[in-house]
Amino acid sequence: MILLSIDLWFILGKAILIAAIIGLSFFIAMYTTYAERKVAAWLQDRRGPNRAGPFGIFQPLADGGKLFFKEEIIPLASNKILFILGPGLAMITALVTSTVIPWAAPFVTKGGSVIPMQVADVDMGILLVFSVVSVGVYGIMIGGWASNNKFSLMAAIRGASQMVSYELPMGLALIAVLFMTGSLQMSEIVRSQVENGWHIIYQPLGFIIFFVCALAECNRTPFDLPEAENELNFGYHQEYSSMKLGFYLFAEYINMFISSAVMATVYFGGYDIPFVDESTWGLSPFWMSMISFGVLMAKISFFLFVFLWIRWTIPRFRYDQLMNLGWKKLIPLALANMIISAAVMLLLKK
Amino acid sequence: MLTQRAKPVDRKPMTFLESIYLWNIVKGMGITISHLFKKKATINYPEQKRTFSKVFRGLHVLNRDAEGRENCTACGLCAVACPAEAITMEAAERLPGEEHLYREEKYAVKYEINMLRCIFCGLCEEACPKDAIYLSQTFAPANYGRKGFIYKKEDLLIPHPVNDKEAYEKALGEREVINKN
Repeated sequence: MILLSIDLWFILGKAILIAAIIGLSFFIAMYTTYAERKVAAWLQDRRGPNRAGPFGIFQPLADGGKLFFKEEIIPLASNKILFILGPGLAMITALVTSTVIPWAAPFVTKGGSVIPMQVADVDMGILLVFSVVSVGVYGIMIGGWASNNKFSLMAAIRGASQMVSYELPMGLALIAVLFMTGSLQMSEIVRSQVENGWHIIYQPLGFIIFFVCALAECNRTPFDLPEAENELNFGYHQEYSSMKLGFYLFAEYINMFISSAVMATVYFGGYDIPFVDESTWGLSPFWMSMISFGVLMAKISFFLFVFLWIRWTIPRFRYDQLMNLGWKKLIPLALANMIISAAVMLLLKK
Repeated sequence: MLTQRAKPVDRKPMTFLESIYLWNIVKGMGITISHLFKKKATINYPEQKRTFSKVFRGLHVLNRDAEGRENCTACGLCAVACPAEAITMEAAERLPGEEHLYREEKYAVKYEINMLRCIFCGLCEEACPKDAIYLSQTFAPANYGRKGFIYKKEDLLIPHPVNDKEAYEKALGEREVINKN
């Protein structure tokens, strides 16, 4: 039976892939909280959580379980619908960005059909990531506003203005990369890197700008002003409790995971293995996909570690310093980077 | 200026390298990553314990003599010496037939130390003329209520040296038995 001439196997395959990616995102986010505590401890000459299970590996399960069973408090003066919508929106936007990332090399079946390891290979790939990330501001904004708390509102406004101002240099840094690939499609970006070498070689400055902006987009230290404990009590999720708080915290870690994946894909060759041509190994397509997936995950883990490492090194920026850095330093730098790379491209092409 | 230690604040304008933060951030990250490979400052507490010095002043122990008789005569000198007023006691007279329990004619029926008040200064040990109280090398464990921190005589008494030799020797540790009369 054909329903609206849609291939049911195609839908099933995509559904499995979506479930796998969402599960993966949750799993990674869970263990990033564990890694965060471990890395923090190690960098401070401590041991970190080591009570729940061997080396404390069940700690995130215990934390998650605790959050589920906590009493849920919705402030009387809050806007209930928006109060509940806030964390949900933060979580959805965090998860949606993972759709366009190519997680592994395309899987070629025996019949010769190619199954891309990507939920949707839309031709505006990277642009979709940007647009969804900018919707992520609403998660913070709505949550902070609906709490009916001055501190939450202040934090939400801070978060929104921070994310808006750091999206600009991020986009500008990315344009320089798009000059080289000539396409917004994520699979195309990866393919061009497999052929011509990673973009980090051609765009080191662009990568640094992109990385700094990614820190700001994820509200990570040194840009975690929306959560500044000492001046805003707890930031935009001050009134949240139970799993709603958990959703906000989880969304932050998923955002970290996804932005690491985007950085690995755009600047570090995605699932490409450096220095070797893996197609000469003669491996079965299944193992090829698995290995390329492992390589991507290794790159992502490295970036996640750098995120944590930065958090436990640098103190928080002051708000005016944050805005100075964003508008007066990063945007001119990103513009210069864009123009110079455009000029170089033009000279080389002639 | 009272001391020569005061340093003038460096108010030089930032150099270009400093103003873009990046170099200093990299330096800072170098410092933090070096700590990843350093020896940890903490230990896994209940499994591992740090050794205390021999003069460590921990939980109190009410002493017995070699035959297992209580040394304490409830003279109250420890309670007087205690700066935190943590010690209370009640005295009673030894009855005929109780000579194997108490060393002298007077003994303490009730002897309590409030571990929340105690500052572990060891003045009670110094005040005691009978070597009846001393501070051991274990420290007061955690408890759920305030009541649990008021240690009764049963909690403080050292195990019987004849009937429960092993526990007695464990409680005694490296301490030498002094015989004061």
